[in-house]
Amino acid sequence: MIPFDFEYYKPKTIQESVDLFQTLTEEGKHPVFFSGGTEIITLGRINHLYTEAVIDIRDIPACKVMEFDEHYLYLGAGRSLTEIEDANYFPLLTATSKEIADHTARNKITLGGNICANIFYREAVLPLLISDSQVFIGGPEGIKAEPIMRIFDKKLQLKEGEFLIQICTERKYLGVPYVTVKKRKQGDTGYPLITVAVLKIDENINVAISGLCPFPFRSEQMETYLNNSNYSIKERIDLAVKHIPDPILSDTEGSSEYRLFVLKNTLLDCLTELERGNM
Amino acid sequence: MKLTSLMLNINGEDRTVIVRPADTLLEILREKLGLTGSKPGCLNGDCGACTVMVNQRTMKSCLMLGVEGEGTEITTIEGLKGTPIQQAFVENFAFQCGYCTPGFIMNSQALIQAHPNADDEKIKEWLESNICRCTGYEEIEKAIMSVIKNPGT
Amino acid sequence: MKTIGKSVIRKEAEDKVTGKAKYTDDKYAGDLKVLHGRLLTSPYAHARIKSVNTEEAWKVRGVRAIITGEGLPLTGEEIRDRPPIAVDKVRYHGEVVALVVADDPVIAKRAVSYINVEYDLLPVVNSPTEAVQEGAPLVHENVEEYDRDEDIHPIPRSNISNQMKIRKGNMEQGWSLSEVTIESNFSFSPSDHTAMETRCAVCEIKADGYVHIETSSQAPFMVKKLISAYFDIEVGKIVVDTPLVGGGYGGKASVFQEILAYIASKAVGGRAVKVLHSREEDMITTPCHVGLDAQIKLGATRNGKLKAARIQYLFDGGAYSDKAVHLSRAGGVDCTGPYEIEHIWCDSYAVYTNHPFASPYRGFSHSEVLFAFERAMDILAQELNMDPLHLRRINAIGPGDLTPTQVRLNRSNVGNVVECIDRVKELSKWDEGKIEEINERIIRVKGAACLWKNSTIPPDSVSGAILTFNEDGSINLISGVVEIGTGTKTVLAQMLAERLKMDIDQIHVRMKVDTQTTPEHWKTVASRGTFMAGRALLEAANDVICQLKEITATVLRSRVDDLDIGDQRVFLKEDPSIGLHFKEIAHGYTYPNGNSIGGQIIGRGNYILQRMTYLDQETGRGNPGPEWSVGAQVVEVEFDRRDYTYRVVKLYTVLDVGKVLNFMAARGQVTGAASMGLAFASRETFLFDDLGRVLNPQLRTYRPIHYKEHPEYIVEFVETPHIDAPFGARGVGEQGLLGIPAALGNGLSTAANVSLNQLPLIPELIWRTKEGK
Repeated sequence: MIPFDFEYYKPKTIQESVDLFQTLTEEGKHPVFFSGGTEIITLGRINHLYTEAVIDIRDIPACKVMEFDEHYLYLGAGRSLTEIEDANYFPLLTATSKEIADHTARNKITLGGNICANIFYREAVLPLLISDSQVFIGGPEGIKAEPIMRIFDKKLQLKEGEFLIQICTERKYLGVPYVTVKKRKQGDTGYPLITVAVLKIDENINVAISGLCPFPFRSEQMETYLNNSNYSIKERIDLAVKHIPDPILSDTEGSSEYRLFVLKNTLLDCLTELERGNM
Repeated sequence: MKLTSLMLNINGEDRTVIVRPADTLLEILREKLGLTGSKPGCLNGDCGACTVMVNQRTMKSCLMLGVEGEGTEITTIEGLKGTPIQQAFVENFAFQCGYCTPGFIMNSQALIQAHPNADDEKIKEWLESNICRCTGYEEIEKAIMSVIKNPGT
Repeated sequence: MKTIGKSVIRKEAEDKVTGKAKYTDDKYAGDLKVLHGRLLTSPYAHARIKSVNTEEAWKVRGVRAIITGEGLPLTGEEIRDRPPIAVDKVRYHGEVVALVVADDPVIAKRAVSYINVEYDLLPVVNSPTEAVQEGAPLVHENVEEYDRDEDIHPIPRSNISNQMKIRKGNMEQGWSLSEVTIESNFSFSPSDHTAMETRCAVCEIKADGYVHIETSSQAPFMVKKLISAYFDIEVGKIVVDTPLVGGGYGGKASVFQEILAYIASKAVGGRAVKVLHSREEDMITTPCHVGLDAQIKLGATRNGKLKAARIQYLFDGGAYSDKAVHLSRAGGVDCTGPYEIEHIWCDSYAVYTNHPFASPYRGFSHSEVLFAFERAMDILAQELNMDPLHLRRINAIGPGDLTPTQVRLNRSNVGNVVECIDRVKELSKWDEGKIEEINERIIRVKGAACLWKNSTIPPDSVSGAILTFNEDGSINLISGVVEIGTGTKTVLAQMLAERLKMDIDQIHVRMKVDTQTTPEHWKTVASRGTFMAGRALLEAANDVICQLKEITATVLRSRVDDLDIGDQRVFLKEDPSIGLHFKEIAHGYTYPNGNSIGGQIIGRGNYILQRMTYLDQETGRGNPGPEWSVGAQVVEVEFDRRDYTYRVVKLYTVLDVGKVLNFMAARGQVTGAASMGLAFASRETFLFDDLGRVLNPQLRTYRPIHYKEHPEYIVEFVETPHIDAPFGARGVGEQGLLGIPAALGNGLSTAANVSLNQLPLIPELIWRTKEGK
């Protein structure tokens, strides 16, 4: 039960959304964009989030796309994770997505909602980070496209009034070898200790990690070590983990030492599998 | 409190309700429409006791605002009558206290409709959305397997 | 037998699969006559309350009352130590600090967020071991001053609310006979029951002073008694209704939400007020599953005969004693596993900490104590270089032996431990080896534990049953057992059908309990439903048989003892074709000329426990309960030696249940309990920070077992009848849980080759222990 009241808007165009945001802000209503809305509901009910107006972006056609052109796959931010999984245009994204929350919840959680979430795992972003995807963002200054690696730093760096419209990924990334692994404290459900997504393209592996730090990341520095074939896989991993961004999480899911232990084994498995696939 | 009027199609009937936009579908089903088969277990999307179908897809009704339901077809446990899965739950002793049962049945029914020949992996993927605290899940597994015709085909 | 033992489908099954089954909150959904109570709870585990400012909260329109702690009576089942709403200080994270009553739940919740409380933090007692240290902060400054039951002995100026002693034999002698000794410590923190229905109560005080409470409780009759005692209301003026309950597992045996609902209703002039706990409150504000720190020293001869056990249990009862004293006592009564040990010294303490407080939890201290004791048995077996099940077998307790409380066992009051061990060995192919290598990383291991349980309920606990007849000769069955999911009421119907040799479909079971019209059943706990309510029911069945025969004898002009009964008829034994159908006599018999005799047949039966005694304060000697049910369990685990992760593949359970009354229902109780035990053993615990705050009070951070995380269950029953019980049946609701934590601990200790003495057994714990982190 959400203890505060808010207005609900469902604009049909990007411009309308942007205008609404501006007007509602001027009215002091602290508007938020609403995609799957699961976090607005669950954080709102425990007073960890407050708003007087929500703007549901899922009626905007651009937020609903799920289609290809000659070079790219376009996925609307308003598409639910299960819709994206069912279509399975991007198998790595499907595989990472399937470990998020649970199936029923993923009927509600959207791609954009997960990537822009307050809860910091944001695992759906991992495949997008390592596939050098582009994001389309709507805002007061119109629509802009940005490489996700440039605009995703711990979280998507959106300015006031901006929202994620869609993501596009080059087709060449969709069929490459990949591994994605989610390790939990115990059992098959719940938040990760570590989620790793790895893909291999042009003899290089790209790696993104969630659950290790209080934000998901792809570290080019770590990748440099992980791709250094002068060393064994184990040695590469040992070198790479020295460059994990600060801080390593220590929380109810696990201590930082244990996370590191799990990470090393997980990377070992991922790299070994990709290497084996190469032979 | 800010209120709005809403038309929802539930179990094939159009129902008009006066709600807050901040009310979840679960609250509306229970408090405004008397459909108490959908159970509050956590209000946080974690337990699945409030599962309904929205346009044939499973939905935790605590994770959805009522206003989002306009123009959709909503099915609750009260809309399910004499289905094989309900019978299978009875015959296989797939519940004890019964509190999680409507949610499990809604999820199972949606699964059967979407994937009549679901394999073990698919069944797990779907049913791990719900928590049952009484059984050891074995009976629920038997119940669902009894209505899946040719698993994995 | 025609009905007993059959997998009869539960009577309320159709309602439960159609959404028609009504639980407490369902009955009041959308009811505009009902006001809503919401809680402000403490964000700290131990703090002085400097001020509570409700000014802003009162400004919210629709607020009808804001209640704080002053002027309310102290509550508590055995020690009255708990203010229903905190006064002066809070003693646990989640404790109720204020209660707002409003027209609407949203308004109430909103108002709660406008209450300002200032706290001064106090040092925290974060474990029972800390609690008993010299100079530990006191959770209660003057524990000895509280009103309490006579046989409870708190230690003044300490955090100990009770000490229970077992003194059997002579320890000096025990140690001198011991050639091998082991000693170890074991511990786990409090956790939660997590019934899917959160606790809910609605209270209304009528104009004539009658108090009506509807509640999701395992103990409606206790609600009535305690509300009467706390608030000085005539007991007959309190009426408690309990519809179907969405799971309890002991958690709903404590009286909690009802007190708040009563206080709230009183504050608004008796109007109906509902208190429905959120999941977070249901986990930490309302009573939880007890924690334990244990120390065990065992002595045995070289050939494995147990000679001495010295045991200390420090039960983490949390901030208030509620059932902690009783839990610690039950832990003392069955302080060992099911073994004959001549010399036992056990101190079982109920200890205050700044944790959420404890209620009963399925098994009532037994899985907890057995985790420690049965782990110690494996450590001893290793020291002796002996097969752990063999060690258990040669020490198994049986008829003729003396229990820790010095009850002489016989063929009825204890099940067959040896047979359970032998069967579980066979089923699990135990002798084929405890460790099997699957590949370089994965090994498959087995761990075992035995279990026993007596139910130490008050010696004067009662149960009653009433049977009334309908015109068509069908019967209404009314019992005070709450349908919490165990199917007990269906089993009672089976007993009645068996005794009256009739079709169970002609027996209508009233699911709801109403303390004004339902005969009392003490509490729906302790696996005592089928025993006590069953005995009452069978007496009621005999009562109606007598009445039916008497009226038939009059009509047929026969002798009562020449009549028999079956298929809803009373007939001549000699010529069954001559007789009367129940429908002709159940509401009186009318002769062809209109003369009538008899009346509605109403059967009554009751039961009170027999020959139970209080326990001696110095030695623990006494008869604590009617019987010990026993069993043996084996857990089979695939363990990854690199990652320290594991998967439980199979759970084997052999229980001596005396008699299987409903096969599928009994099996479901066992597998459900085993699953709960596995959750307790492998994943569930409250995680506390240094300030004693619970960091995981949601189901996404406190994660129960989900579908397909379950192992394969192999269940078998042994049937050694308990002579006093209906059809010889022993308890079956809890036993499947009891050995699982220890069995898993034993299996994983074998697998990792390190002693794992804490719960839950998460991979990080194994890694940490193994790597010495």
